[in-house]
Amino acid sequence: MKVLVLLSFTFISWLANGQSTIRVGAKHFNEGYILSETIALVLEDGGYTVERKFNLGGTTVSFEALRTGAIDVYPEYTGTISKEILKKDSAFSIEEINNRVSRLYQLEISKPYGFNNTYALLIHKDLKEKLSISKISELKKYPDLRLGLSYEFIDRKDGWNNLAAFYKLPQKTIALEHGLAYQAIREDKIDVTDAYSTDGEIEMFDLVLLEDDQHFFPDYQAVSFYSAGLPLPAKKLLHKLTNTISEEEMQRLNAKALFEKLSHLEIARDFLIKKGLIKPSRNAAPSNWSLIAEKAWRHITLTFLALIASILVAVPLGVSIFKNQRLSKIILYTTGILQTIPSIALLALMIPVLGIGVMPAVVTLFLYALLPILRNTVIGLTTVDPVLKKVAMAIGLTAWNSLRLVEIPLAMPMILAGIRTAAVINVGTATLAAFIGAGGLGEFIVTGLALNNTNMILMGAVPAAVLAILTELIFEFIERLLIPKHLQK
Amino acid sequence: MKVAVHDIMHRFKEKAVLSNISYSFNENKITVILGKSGSGKTTLLQILNGMIKPDAGTVIVSNVRLNYDALSALRTKIGYVIQQAGLFPHLSVRDNISILGRVSKQGDEDITTRINQLMNLVQLPISHLAKYPHELSGGEQQRVGLCRAMFLDPPALLMDEPFASLDYETKQDIYQSLLDIQKAGPRTIIVVTHDWDEAVKLSDHFIWLEDGKVKSHGDRTELLIAKALYFKQT
Repeated sequence: MKVLVLLSFTFISWLANGQSTIRVGAKHFNEGYILSETIALVLEDGGYTVERKFNLGGTTVSFEALRTGAIDVYPEYTGTISKEILKKDSAFSIEEINNRVSRLYQLEISKPYGFNNTYALLIHKDLKEKLSISKISELKKYPDLRLGLSYEFIDRKDGWNNLAAFYKLPQKTIALEHGLAYQAIREDKIDVTDAYSTDGEIEMFDLVLLEDDQHFFPDYQAVSFYSAGLPLPAKKLLHKLTNTISEEEMQRLNAKALFEKLSHLEIARDFLIKKGLIKPSRNAAPSNWSLIAEKAWRHITLTFLALIASILVAVPLGVSIFKNQRLSKIILYTTGILQTIPSIALLALMIPVLGIGVMPAVVTLFLYALLPILRNTVIGLTTVDPVLKKVAMAIGLTAWNSLRLVEIPLAMPMILAGIRTAAVINVGTATLAAFIGAGGLGEFIVTGLALNNTNMILMGAVPAAVLAILTELIFEFIERLLIPKHLQK
Repeated sequence: MKVAVHDIMHRFKEKAVLSNISYSFNENKITVILGKSGSGKTTLLQILNGMIKPDAGTVIVSNVRLNYDALSALRTKIGYVIQQAGLFPHLSVRDNISILGRVSKQGDEDITTRINQLMNLVQLPISHLAKYPHELSGGEQQRVGLCRAMFLDPPALLMDEPFASLDYETKQDIYQSLLDIQKAGPRTIIVVTHDWDEAVKLSDHFIWLEDGKVKSHGDRTELLIAKALYFKQT
């Protein structure tokens, strides 16, 4: 057991050790990934080692990661920085943004990459013709239109609520994942959705943008958003991207990811080589199998570290509190509340405290595993046959020996069942760890969702399911080893 | 081992379970505590090894007052057997019998010698040692329970309705085993029972409780007289 703990710590410190490398983050949508790969490749071409901390969810998580130093750079949009981060109603200029983010957060932005990816509302060509509508202001004539909007768009300052007020739009909205919205609109489940003006799907799916005729949406110039402490040569490399990508180019790059199923790395590399921004590279992209193996291994590590930590805390805690009914109740209640926090919210809450990556993910999984183990330990110990407890005492066993030789072994089936539940929960919850850059099989799922790529989702979901089944089998084996046959369930 | 109680008084939820009990148990003899259920006989037995602390009165063991802060040590000197044996289901017969030996850090060889000795004494085959309690009959389980209580060769043995759930034949065998054990090395044995025949079979002395009070006590002859009178009455 000691060896395991030691190994875990070595592993964590190895993971946390990344001072000499530049950590590049990415927001989880197609363009976010492509731009992040672009940044990463340019830095690598300039001689830097890059750690890719992709899958950071939306703006909040990415910005928190940058602010707290968990990543060094990620691509962001000027409109997003003005409204979401600096909480200003209208967009700032590049200079104004630089002034403010450097003063407030010691961060900087680069000059724009050259394209404006603003929010847009879009509808199907056929519907456009049927209703003869081409502007956002015309939407108010059709209060029954079904608007399926992404979660982020609904909540943003420059999103639905203010847009609806600005244009006096009466429609009710349905919230859904951005990656699913295109599918929904194609299948006629919704009529209107939000999108980015550079999305690769727009032309492909016969969709058209509604004109922002009263100019509600601000400029969304793509820029590199980075820590002011980045080495000067690295900043210079980032500025190589200034005015290199047009809107049409970005749409095409996005479409490549979507419809040609090329990896973001390949798309970004081809583009940069074609533009003469990096030298052709020697490394081929890794195969799917080795990617799955790598992410599965990370998945197992996350789950296993959290589980070991939970066992080390919850079992001794359960043993020491089970005799005190009141205390047991209080502690079980508290861990129960932890359990009710949605895992994705708990992961997000970890970011201000622990940053992004493995550590906050392990802590979250640890917290989730606590309740089942603790509860089963307490229940297992309190439900040991009172006659046997009495006999143990009456024949002269001390309280400690009674616990060690009689009560804990008799509670063991229950305790193991708790650990088994926790392990299976953790294998499932660990897929969400990808949202805060901890890696694992969830990375395929998150990326696949963002790209609406079913194959990629399955690359994560199937191995995760297999892992869950394997976990069950392993615990069945452990139960067989530790518990006499006649006491097994 | 000398065991005695003085002026024991105990209540359970306002109801007197035992009142004014004073009795010196005869050293190295078998004393039966006789009584109907609710008479307080099990309570009295559990007061002797400190499982229950009486509301008033004193317990004297080996001429000293019972020290409630050092009960575990004392209890290893007072064997304890209950109805249906109360064997630990997760431990083999061997581990059940030797649990106190393991706790007191006895060597493997000493433990094996003692186990074999006890199995022989209660007439159980050595092949039973690897089995689990649920694989044995009720009578065999009770013999194992007896072995567990006897492992450290305690100078006193408390038995709470030990044979109540056994059939007639088995009872006769196990009575004989107990009497043989007592003959081989006398110790202070106190048996709680509601069964007059069992009392007659086993006892050197008896104490008869009714409603928490001593109704009668004495030696074997006096027990026979008490029994005759009691059954004539009812």
